[in-house]
This record gives sequence, C-alpha cells and structure tokens, in this order.
Amino acid sequence: MIHTSETMYKYLRPDKTFPHVWCPGCGIGIVMGALVRAIERTGFTKDEIVLVSGIGCSGRMSTYLDFNTLHTTHGRALSFATGIKLANPKLNIIVVMGDGDATAIGGNHLIHSCRRNIDLTALIVNNNIYGMTGGQYSPTTPMEHKASTAQYGSIEKPFDICKLVEACGASFVARSTTYHAKMLDALLYRAIDKKGFSVVEAMSQCPVQYGRRNKKGSPVDMMMWFKNNSISNPAFKKIPSGEVGEQFPVGILVDLDEPDYLERYRQIVKKAGDDRL
Amino acid sequence: MKKYKDIVLHGNEACALGALAAGMRFFAGYPITPSTEIAEFLSVELPKIGGTFIQMEDEISSMGAIIGASLAGVKSMTATSGPGFSLMQENLGFASMAEIPCVLVNVMRGGPSTGMPTRPSQGDVMQSRWGTHGPHPIIVLSPQSVLECYTLTIHAFNLAEKYRSPVIMLMDGLVGHMWENVQLPEKIEVIDRPEPSVPPDWYNPYDDLPGGEIVPLVPFGDGYRYHVTGMVHDKSGFPTLVHEEVEQCLDKLIYKIKNNLHDIIRIEEYMLEDADICIVAHGSVARSAREAVNIARSEGLKVGLLRPITLWPFPRFHLENISKRVKLFVVPEMNYGQVYGEVLKSCPKRAVRVTRVDGELITPAQIMEKIEGTAL
Ligand SMILES: Cc1ncc(C[n+]2csc(CCOP(=O)(O)OP(=O)(O)O)c2C)c(N)n1
Ligand code: SF4
Repeated sequence: MIHTSETMYKYLRPDKTFPHVWCPGCGIGIVMGALVRAIERTGFTKDEIVLVSGIGCSGRMSTYLDFNTLHTTHGRALSFATGIKLANPKLNIIVVMGDGDATAIGGNHLIHSCRRNIDLTALIVNNNIYGMTGGQYSPTTPMEHKASTAQYGSIEKPFDICKLVEACGASFVARSTTYHAKMLDALLYRAIDKKGFSVVEAMSQCPVQYGRRNKKGSPVDMMMWFKNNSISNPAFKKIPSGEVGEQFPVGILVDLDEPDYLERYRQIVKKAGDDRL
Repeated sequence: MKKYKDIVLHGNEACALGALAAGMRFFAGYPITPSTEIAEFLSVELPKIGGTFIQMEDEISSMGAIIGASLAGVKSMTATSGPGFSLMQENLGFASMAEIPCVLVNVMRGGPSTGMPTRPSQGDVMQSRWGTHGPHPIIVLSPQSVLECYTLTIHAFNLAEKYRSPVIMLMDGLVGHMWENVQLPEKIEVIDRPEPSVPPDWYNPYDDLPGGEIVPLVPFGDGYRYHVTGMVHDKSGFPTLVHEEVEQCLDKLIYKIKNNLHDIIRIEEYMLEDADICIVAHGSVARSAREAVNIARSEGLKVGLLRPITLWPFPRFHLENISKRVKLFVVPEMNYGQVYGEVLKSCPKRAVRVTRVDGELITPAQIMEKIEGTAL
C-alpha cells in the first residue's frame, strides 16, 4: 500500500515552486497524486522519467514534480515528446495536457501520435473547459453548457476523447475520474508500462470556471456527479445506446499489442543497412 | 554513405551532408518546395548511420520535435520554406527562450502566402529576425554557393551548440536548387556539447556565469534533473516574475549574442579597399553583384562588394566603417528592400536599392544600370 503523502513529498519540488497556481477544490492535484503513485509503482528512478506538459492549468503539473520536466507551447507537448523519445528511447515519457491543449490546438498532434503509435503516455486532464484563460468553451464542453465565450450555451458537439483516440489507433485507452483516484493510478501505471501510444483521460472538476457557471455545486458535488454517472466498461457496453444519457464508461477501453513506432523504425534501419556495422 | 569529394552536388543535398558531417542525427520535417530534397535525402541517409528521420504532421510539430531531440542530447535539424517557416515561429521562440541548440533551414521562395512555390526569393530576411514574438536573439546565415551550403551548415551547428541557440540557415531557392562541382573540405571543425563542470545538485541550466560563459545543456536522463519552460525563468529554470530575475533572464539572451559579435559575424569583402560604391548583397544575388563589380571595374568604376554571410546579427559595425570610405551603397535584393532598410539604419550615407520580386534573378546588368544611373 502506497501512502500518498509520503510518496508525494518524495516527488515534489517544495523549495522551488510552491504555492502552486491551482484553485481550492480543483481536481488537478488529485490527478497529480495519482500520477505520482503510478510512477512510484513502476519503480523507475526520477532520472528515467520525463514529464512533458502543454500550457494550461493542467500543464503546470510539470513545474511541481521532480523529474526531467518540460513545459512546452500550447498544444504542442506531444511533438516535443516525440523528439525526446526518438532521440533517447530509454526514457519513459509522460505527457500531461488539458482537454483544450490536447484536442483543440493540439488535436492534430494527438491523432497523429495515435496513428504513429509512438511509445508515450498521454494524460489528458479533462475539465470540460479552458481553465487557465478564464472559462472559454473547449472541444469537450457539453452541448448547451455555459462558458465565458458561450454565454447562451455551447452549440458545438463535444468530443469523446477516448473514442477519438481509439479511432486513431492508440494502443491503450482508459478513463477515470478524480472520484476514482485509485483507479486512476492503476490505469496510469498500466499506461506507462504499456509499449506504444497510451491515452488516459482523467475527468477532473474545475469548480471555478466550469462548475460555477453551470451550477454544478461544490467540488465534492462535482466528484459525486462523476461517481453517479460513471460505469465500468463491460457494464456500459450492455446498456442499449438509446438509454445511455449522461453515463460514461471508466476503466480500460482499449488494450492492443502492436509494434510501436520505434520497433518499425528499427526495421527501416535494417533495410537501409547500417553503415557502422 | 557515398564519398562526396570532388562531385557535382545540389545545394539542398550539400546542406544535408553538412548537417550529417556536423553530427546531426535527428531530422523532423514536413515537405515543402523548394526545401523538400533535404528531407528526402536525409530519410535515406539517417537510418544508415543510426540516426532518426521522421516526417511529422506539420511544421509546428517538426520544430517541437527537434527541440525535444536536442534536449535529449542529439543534434537536430528541420528544413522548410516560407509558409512552413511561419508555422515554426512560435516554437522557434521557445528554442530561443529555453536556449535549446538546433538548426532550422529555410529555403526561401516567393511570397507572401503560398506565393511562388518554385521560384526563389529573399523575402524572409525580416521574418528570420522578427518572426517570433518578444525580445530574442537569433543567428541567421546566408550561403551563396553549394559549397557554402555544406560548410555553413556545419558552422550553424557549431554556433548553435556554442551559444545554446537556434540557428537559421537562410537559403534562397536558387542556392538550394543550384548544382555545382564542389570539393568538400577534408578537415572540418565540429563543436559538440560540453560536459557540465558541476555535480547535479549545483547545476543551474540558466546560470549567469562570470565572463559570459554559457552553461552546458545536459541531456535529459543524464542525472541532472531540471525544468525547461518557455516562460520567463530564473537561473534554475523555474518561472519567475521577480523584477531582477526577469531582467537577468532576458538580458542574458541578448547579451550572449551581443557580446560575441566578433565571433559570430562573418562577412566577405571584394574589391572594397578603394571603392567609392559598395554593393551589399547576400545569397545568390551576391554572385550577380560580384560580376557587376567586375564589369564596373573594367569600365573604370571603383565598385566593391560587401557580402554579409551572417545576416543576423547584422554586420552593422562593418557597414559603419565602410560608410566612412564609400559614397554610395547599392543593395540588390529579391524583395522590396529588407537588407536595404538595415543598411539605411546602419549608416547615414546614401543608399539605393535594386529590387526584384517576380521570382527572376537579379542580373549583373540590372545592378550596373542602377550604379550608372545614380549620380554620386
Ligand atoms: C498559441 C496559444 N494560444 C492560446 C494560448 C492561451 N491559452 C493558455 S492556456 C489555454 C487553454 C487551456 O485550457 P486547457 O488546455 O483545457 O487546460 P486547463 O487550463 O483547463 O487545464 C489557452 C487558450 C496560448 N498560451 N498559446
Ligand atoms: S481554473 Fe479550474 S482547472 Fe484551473 S486551477 Fe482553477 S479550478 Fe483548476
């Protein structure tokens, strides 16, 4: 049994970067706790992990954790991570992005990372809103929900991140929420362990920019909403599609064993005839 | 790999070969004319020597990927043309701010926008300097021949490592697509990233060392854990808004280049000693300008040529010195006058321009016409 507080202290950079920027009641801290427990379980040393993040509230996670950390440009974290992984395949790379970061500005990089099956772990913190810039609607804001740029309610159909990345060929796709923090760390552990491109969607409450505007109640109420509407994937599959409503599946949604990009690249190297041999 | 000694080479190919000779082992790019041959050539050669080639989904990700690879300790490069160069600007700024060595080749074509994909231009002189936002330094080199595509690419990597900075190879489409017989030099100087001189606990990747010495960038995974961000950061790399630290961060970016102008700036002078008229030209236009000098001299006109090989930082002091001696500057360019503006800024003397933006080359005759038509 891993205790959060002890593990957290081991991985934080307390002297450099606190207080952190997150609002009281924000779910990103819970997600960070789960990530740290997952990494602890893998047994990798701090030097074997690279944490890359985009820009946004979620993107700040890289500032607080004591790994090789890279805080990139908005939406481009996966591109930087691709370069690191190909240049040094020994490194284990975790990419933390917000929903806007990953699926709007970074949408193209996300779908191509899936297709390429590059061995990275993408952790997408989905709070259904652009948090850092003040609550504008994102590609995951539900229809009719309000945002600072959707005062009359959003009229755009939201993405289902997991379905999107599954269709694009990700090797491992899983979803959890801040209510299911333990499940989240188990899924992250599996994702880091998995060869190929893995995506874990962590549904997280943003009480300040999303919850308040949409009358979702307190942070605890928002987490209870996650609890009441989530359903394990096998059970979810049995629900007739017309009766799904707001419910969503959690747990492992895709788990494939396919050669990753580097394995295929090694074949290219063989074909090209390595001159040094 | 084939041996390339006394051989007919293409400018783009020579650039790719120079990169390999400099130790570049990671290339990420997205196809665009007239730079495409660089990617095509490297997709064949890099796997042979244990390097990595990847065709990314666009130029934004290509620039991101080469920054990532460089942070992991591998010399990296991308190549593009006009529109792709615009897409790279945000991440180019990141490389500048985070002080990540890498090389970006821009084989210029006619613009704006999609412009003239197959025609050469020199329209990105200002974009190469000011395309990204905020105060930042940049090093930009402009070759005029196939041989220089090779030697200057090596130089670009050396400057990138030495000054922990992105370096741009700004080639016009003519230089990139030119075929020439070249003798590649047998001996070249290659600068690799130095080892850190302090243990991990003392390491501050953005330290301000006495004498302006630059802290080596340790590859991720080598036991020196640190934070890299595009935000204004303190000397350890963490975001800061403390007045003194903000100043230190931004000043250092500028001064690491400004204090080393003598080392960074390369120019070529031709028949300038006794000249009354100085042509300032770079890239393929400098070749026409050199011929114009020869014609002028045969007619008894005292004309010389200054060729900035380093376009940025701009060789201001050289111009200022020359301006004390010459009566007129003539600046031929394949644009409406981007270097011309810098010449005007650098010296109070009279300057005239010769412009051409139709994708055709500037001829020696065109330059002569201007010289002869301008009263001294
Ligand atoms: C190129 C660019 N465009 C826009 C921004 C402004 N910006 C910063 S964070 C952000 C959105 C963040 O939302 P999300 O990715 O969902 O993360 P969250 O803050 O909700 O965790 C935006 C638009 C930027 N930094 N860069
Ligand atoms: S704005 Fe929302 S996501 Fe951002 S820190 Fe505050 S609560 Fe969290």
